[in-house]
Order: sequence, then C-alpha cells, then structure tokens
Amino acid sequence: MSTAINHSSSIGLDLQTIVVLTVEGLDEFVARLRALGYEVMGPTLRDGAIVPGPVNSSKDLPRGVHDLQSPGSYRVMREDDGEIFGWAVGPGSWKNEYFPPSQVMWRSEIVGDTLVFRQPDRSHALLAIVGARPCDVAALRILDHVLEEGVHRDSRYSERRDSNFIAVVECASPADTCFCASMKSGPGIDEDFDVALTELNDELGHRFIARIGSPRGADVLSSVSTRPANELDLEARALLLETASRAMSRSLPFDEVANLLARNVEHPRWLDVAERCLSCGNCTSVCPTCFCSDVHDTTDTSGAIERRRTWSSCFDLEHSYLHGGSVHESSSSRYRQWMTHKLSTWWDQFDSTGCVGCGRCIVWCPVGIDITEEVAAIAAHDQARVAVPSRPGAS
Amino acid sequence: MSDATVPIPRPTLAVWKFASCDGCQLSLLDCEDELLTLAKAVRIAHFTEMTRASTLGPYDISLVEGSITTAEDVERIKVVRANSRFLVTIGACAATGGVQALRNFAPPGEFAGMVYAHPEYLDSLDTSTPISAHVRVDYELHGCPIDREQLLEVLLAFLAGRRPVIASYSVCQECKARGTVCLLVSRAVPCLGPVTRAGCGALCPSIDRGCFGCFGPSDSANCDALATRLKGLGTSESSVARLFGTFNTAAPGFAEQAQAVRVNVAIADTRHRTPEEPRP
Repeated sequence: MSTAINHSSSIGLDLQTIVVLTVEGLDEFVARLRALGYEVMGPTLRDGAIVPGPVNSSKDLPRGVHDLQSPGSYRVMREDDGEIFGWAVGPGSWKNEYFPPSQVMWRSEIVGDTLVFRQPDRSHALLAIVGARPCDVAALRILDHVLEEGVHRDSRYSERRDSNFIAVVECASPADTCFCASMKSGPGIDEDFDVALTELNDELGHRFIARIGSPRGADVLSSVSTRPANELDLEARALLLETASRAMSRSLPFDEVANLLARNVEHPRWLDVAERCLSCGNCTSVCPTCFCSDVHDTTDTSGAIERRRTWSSCFDLEHSYLHGGSVHESSSSRYRQWMTHKLSTWWDQFDSTGCVGCGRCIVWCPVGIDITEEVAAIAAHDQARVAVPSRPGAS
Repeated sequence: MSDATVPIPRPTLAVWKFASCDGCQLSLLDCEDELLTLAKAVRIAHFTEMTRASTLGPYDISLVEGSITTAEDVERIKVVRANSRFLVTIGACAATGGVQALRNFAPPGEFAGMVYAHPEYLDSLDTSTPISAHVRVDYELHGCPIDREQLLEVLLAFLAGRRPVIASYSVCQECKARGTVCLLVSRAVPCLGPVTRAGCGALCPSIDRGCFGCFGPSDSANCDALATRLKGLGTSESSVARLFGTFNTAAPGFAEQAQAVRVNVAIADTRHRTPEEPRP
C-alpha cells in the first residue's frame, strides 16, 4: 500500500500566486518531485510517437518535437524551436497508469489441505505526471467518477490515483483531429491539478507560467526558482489559449449530441459506418475514458488459480456474450453501442459526457473513422425531424 | 488424504500429423519449463516427434496438426476422431488449410508441376482443407506456428474442465496493451493486425514488422475495409493479395481478398509467358 507524501506548505506560495519558471526551473521542478519520492512520468518520444514514459529531467521530454495528425494518420517532426510541449496527445493515455491493460486480482494455491488466497504486491512508487494535457485530466476526472465514486469502488485505481501529483500543461498546439474546445475540456484548464503550466516561447523568452491548484503544488513550486508572473505573461497566455481554441477545426455539439443520438438509434448511418469499421477495438484502447474490463480465471496443474482483469472492448464479439450468443452481433450495433455510450447514455449513467475531444479515436482508427463526422452525418439527416405520416401529431 | 487413495489415471494425450511442417507439434516440446509438470498431469500416448513408443487409443485429448490433402488422410482423420474424447486442432494448416491451400485456387496440378520433377508420382487431392471440413473439432488453436502459451492454456483448461481463456479479437488490442505504436497509422506499414486474431502477443509489430495474419481472421474481421485502406495508403493490389493469401489463404474473409487479385495477377502472368517458355 502506498502512503501520501507529507508535503509541508510552510514557505511562500499560496494558491492564488501565479509564477513564471524557465526551462532550468522546470528541471528543478522535476528534480524536486523526484526528491520527494515520486516516480515522474511525462510525454516522451518513442518509436515515432509521443507516449507516456519515465522523465528524469527536461531532456527526456520531447523538445522540438511536433506532430501532424489526421484521421488514421500520425507523424512527428522536429523543429529547432526548442518547445517542449508543442504537440497534441499521442496514442498512449494516462488511463494505462491507473487502470492497466492487464492486472492480477488474486492468486490462490493449495497449501497442505487449505486453499490460500494471496493478493499480488500492490505497493508502488507514487506517480507524478508532468505534461498531462487538459483533456487527459478531464478524462481522469471522468474515470474517477466511474471507478471511484460509484457503489463499487475500484481500490486499485484509487490507490494510484489518490496519491498522484498532476502537473498539467495547457495546450497551444492542437492537432487537426482535436475538438476539446467543443467538449469543454481544453485547451486551457482551471481545476483538477496540483500545478498547471503554460509554455510560452515568444520575444520575452522560453518560459512557463505556473498556477497552483493544491497545497502539494504550492509546496513543490516553492522550492523551485521562479519569479512572479506579470501582465505581459498573462496576456500571452490568454492569447495562446484563444488561438489554440480557434485553431480547432473539428467540434461536437456538446449540448445537443446526447439527444441527437438517443433519437437516432435506427439511423442508416450506423449501417454505413459498419461498412468501414474494422471492429478492431483500437478506438476503445486509445480512448482515455473507456473502462470496460473482463475477468478471467486460469489454472495450472498444481491446483493454483489466478484471477486476472484485462481491458475489454465493446467492439469484441465476446464483450456482449450472454448465454447462447452475443447481443451485439453486427459491427453496426457495436459501433452504435460505443458511440451512443460515449456521447449519450454516459449522461444517463454518470451525469457527464464520456468524450473529452482528444481525437485519439480518430487518429488511431486504422481506417480513419471520425466520430465528429459520424455525428455530423446523423445530424444532417436527423430521423426525428422526418415526418412519420402514420404517427399522430407528426408534422 | 488416506493411504488407501487410488491414484486417478492420468488423461492420455496423442499428437497427430497431417499435411504440415511439424512446427506446431514442436511447440509442445518448446514448453521446456512446463513440460515435466505437464508430463505428470497427462500421459503422452502417441507423439512421434518425441518418442516412437505409442499406445493404442482411445485417447482423452488429441492434438491434430496439418490439413487434409490426400484420400488416405480423409479416412485417417475419421479414425483419430473416433478414438479421441477431445479433438483440438493446432495451427493454421489444421484450422484453415494452411499455405498449401494456395492450390485450391489454381488449376489442378499447377503448383505440383512447378515444384516436382515428376508430379505424376504424387497421389494427393486437388485441395487442402481444414480438419473441421471433415470431422467435428472441439477446439481450434490458430497461428503459424501456434503460441505455446495458448497450447498450455488449452491443455490446462482441459485438465481443469474449464473453458480456455483465449481471445478471438484483433491483434491491435495486443499491440495497444503492450504499448506498441501502430505501424499502420504512424508509418503506413501494411499490417493485417486489425483483422487478425490475437494470440501471438502482437509479436511482429513489436519488432517493427506489419502483421502477416498468421493467426487467421479475428471473430469479426472486415477484410474489405482494410484492403481498401491498404490500397489507399499505396500498397499495391498484388501485395495486398499476397498479404491475405499466405498462411491462411483459404480462410473465409482472407480468401476473398487474396482471390480477387490472384485472378488479375494470373492473367498478367499468362500475358508475359510465351508458350515455349519452360516452367521454372
């Protein structure tokens, strides 16, 4: 079991303070987290993509790396601008750190005449993430509600999540596939973090505005070299966020999409998308909020049993298997299940959207199916607005 | 436990070979760490890759490798079935006909003529067909070769009287679970992962190769859509056909993609070949 680190917030900074740090300051920040005992993770460049990885200093971060994303396509390229966070999210989401693709729940073995149950060692280093994006943090808030705040609390998730340190970095470089602005989860962020950074790289220099979201955040920042933020810094941040918002060409109708899908469950577009959909499950794997899992027991020749929980996708035939067969036999019903849950029935179940607009499902779909385009196609021929002559009151 | 306990006889295991390369059978011998434990749990009654000693049936579990390619095999598999309580096929040949099912889509004798100096000595059928086309199969393990962990899992499940924990979804989910960056999306590498059954642990993509589809189609493979995408990314029609038409060339879903182009390629070949040109 992990215990929270005892942060002493005795010196200097309070929650309202906004400071500025340099790249060297960012290194001090990472070093301070490590000194406190955190395992620091952040965006790293591996195998041609920006993915979560270990961060020991700013050298491990993807400096000068930018990305080009479109439906079914992802490329990175390098520039000499020295920007560290000049990219939009890659295939890996932070979900994996809290809700891993596969984990052992317990093992049992026969000792003498007794069946003994054992939990695997659940101790682990405390996690600090430096460089989560606002959409990532929004996704973790959604997962918190699903996995921690319901009747059946997932203690494995909570142990990791409750003790973590989140340094979010606001997004100045949305990809062509991003639509967080329309989902109200970016490109800026005002809560649910310990520290929020905004990278500025203008005539006033390469620097990071840091806002404090928790006493822990104040504690860590207070031991880092900073200066108070000035009006120019704050104006630059406001302009950067406004530009990023405007740069997003994709969007979803946040207030309307839930009802739109609810009244279009028999829309012909579901059959159309099934022609293109591979049912491969990439979208659910990369989605930062998809939380379905499966539990399996395996045995060995000694009578020992292992119970394991693994990710499960609603695009699998097995996912909806009940006695005698699968409920979602066709891929149109599986795609509909995924999209209507994400955008519509999530509201009924968890009182929020299940989509944060990160665009991963668009980019990492091998055939480039675009959730915003599918919604637009349904909206363009809203079945509920088509008059049904036999129905009383239909006009 | 009292001293009077009578030991329960170990279930018997038999391994049978049909048209195949023996690689899947050898996966059993590759279970080096688990082999001795397994040998205590089952009695190996017939396994010619391991021992010439053989016990008469019936057998509790038979592992069947290879496809049916001769008239003799058509009869022999019936005998194996009749003598086996559980029949588990191992590998792509047994599940879908294997690479030798290429001949199913060619004029009779065409491939034999290319390979053998005296094809007239051969006595084989015009097709290579899966075991399930001839007898009832209790479980199919896919892959060329099979994954030894999956083989162990099937045997352990049999011994415990439970369902094997073996996925039928796509290789993509194994790539994502192990954190491999998608080759198709990030580099446009032709890859059959999205339509191929998981089970290998996404081995090829993890070493920078697109999936060859050796585990055959996943449970809901949309091969049309993937083939269209691969061609759109610049993979030639014949490369797409070759990708689909190798280890599981006769598997439903893969066969259509391989066959669509095979016809065109064959026509192109005929145009290039003069009647006098000797066969390679």
